[in-house]
Amino acid sequence: MDTTTVNSNFKSEEYFINMGPQHPATHGVMRLLLTIDGEIIKKVEPDLGYIHRSIEKMCERDSYQQIVHLTDRMDYLSSHINNEAVCLTVENALQLEIPDRVKVIRTIIGELTRIASHTLWWGVMGMDVGALTTYFYGFRDRELINDIFEETCGARLTMNYNIPGGLMFDIHPNFVKRTKDFIAHFKTKLPEYDRLLTGNVIFQKRMKGVGFLSKEDAISFGASGPVGRGSGYSCDVRKHHPYSALDKVKFNEILKTEGDSFARYQVRIAEMWESMSIIEQLIDNIPEGDHQVTTNAVIKLPKGEFYQKVETARGELGVYIISTGTKNPYRLKFRSPGFSNISLLNHIAVGEKIGDLVASLATLDIVVPDIDR
Amino acid sequence: MDSMKDFKKESMTNEALQNIINSWFPNSISKIVAAEAPTETEISETIESVSTNGLEFTEEGSQFLNITVQAELLHKLMSHLKSNSETHFDYLFCLTGVDWGEELGVVYHLESTTHRHTIVVKVQTKDRENPTFDSVCDIWATADFHEREVFDFFGIKFNNHPNLKRLFLTEDWDGFPLRKDYVDEINMVIK
Repeated sequence: MDTTTVNSNFKSEEYFINMGPQHPATHGVMRLLLTIDGEIIKKVEPDLGYIHRSIEKMCERDSYQQIVHLTDRMDYLSSHINNEAVCLTVENALQLEIPDRVKVIRTIIGELTRIASHTLWWGVMGMDVGALTTYFYGFRDRELINDIFEETCGARLTMNYNIPGGLMFDIHPNFVKRTKDFIAHFKTKLPEYDRLLTGNVIFQKRMKGVGFLSKEDAISFGASGPVGRGSGYSCDVRKHHPYSALDKVKFNEILKTEGDSFARYQVRIAEMWESMSIIEQLIDNIPEGDHQVTTNAVIKLPKGEFYQKVETARGELGVYIISTGTKNPYRLKFRSPGFSNISLLNHIAVGEKIGDLVASLATLDIVVPDIDR
Repeated sequence: MDSMKDFKKESMTNEALQNIINSWFPNSISKIVAAEAPTETEISETIESVSTNGLEFTEEGSQFLNITVQAELLHKLMSHLKSNSETHFDYLFCLTGVDWGEELGVVYHLESTTHRHTIVVKVQTKDRENPTFDSVCDIWATADFHEREVFDFFGIKFNNHPNLKRLFLTEDWDGFPLRKDYVDEINMVIK
């Protein structure tokens, strides 16, 4: 571990090495061009675009109902929340009054999505740093959420349950019971995560002090979600700009001030407890009413600009629509959380080792289609 | 929409914000405006107040206060917006390239993490051959990647950007796909 002693017979030279595009730790098709000196990283340059599908260009051609489908394919682990972002933008622009039932169901499923995403992240991140068991634990619990989704809307991953004006169908009669069963189950399983990994000495040594990001840098780099909150930056959109039923629930914004990989890890674990608390507050009180309001078959947004931000499992997703009053947006921009978060990778990885880069990258929790769009 | 109300209550009013920003730019530069007054664009055609200092403020058709700024003043305005303790816009949460038809432009969404107010800054140019603005990378680090994305899709160049090259597309890609006059020859996005 001692890097200070350099054998003076060898001249230290920098050289390039490719990490990816098919590397397991890049969680998708992304290439990192590393400049290294020995094993010390001098520079990380992400090479993006391997999964670029020009979603923003396609949006300019599609109707607003069709755009919702495309958002599933960005951050596919938060597909419900992505759908919600576009639907909220359209609904706010049309000034639609959305039934409380829809708001509550959207929030419950949004938080279930967050738990599902964080369990998957936990499993995969553990595997990145060499703890293989976590993968199976994470996927085991996530499977139960996917089953609930499948029963509710037929899809397990790209859900497409939201439509502008509400939900595509009402919830399944089993939804409330199964969600409660899941919460009861997960409350016994989440402590297992801590017992298995959080307290592990080897794991802690891999994470603590690695990938440090200060609060000022987090804001400057536009970090959001658990990455920003691990640096003590209060950036939870659910708190600052609540949407759907999030203004009716009580929850804590998890903040850690350490700013290292372990802080980001702890934020996500604690967020799963908060998400369960949000679901528990709402699940017994789903208001009666319609599951959608009727909109025109062809939705035309009024002339103007509309911005809506939501908190996905990865951070702040922004939808910026410029409308000229036609049935397509003139310009639609997705401000994706992963894109800003990957831009700070170079900043946090320089001076550390390649193994630390893997740990830092894992706690950024990137989803490559979300970055590339 | 309730959230919008809360947010307005806590933060400075848009008029107060507008006054502060205007105070940084005395009217001495009115000559520039007279020479190249921006025409009304297709999208935001109503402009509430046209001041003589190169800034135009409007709240029409948007939930935030919008400033359209002359390209020459962009960097000065942005560094003031960040460094002034009353405005303190330290969070650039969205940077969007837009092809307005005749003009190419960039839209900056800024938020203050201390005051929790939001502002939108717009800059545009009629030069479609060689559109250039000053980079704001030195003010917000997140602009690095966002400006590269805008360069990639709109061909807008940014002065003083440390690493301005294509981000998503390959280096030999012809044209800038998100421009409205881009010809999609191989029908990648079928109309």
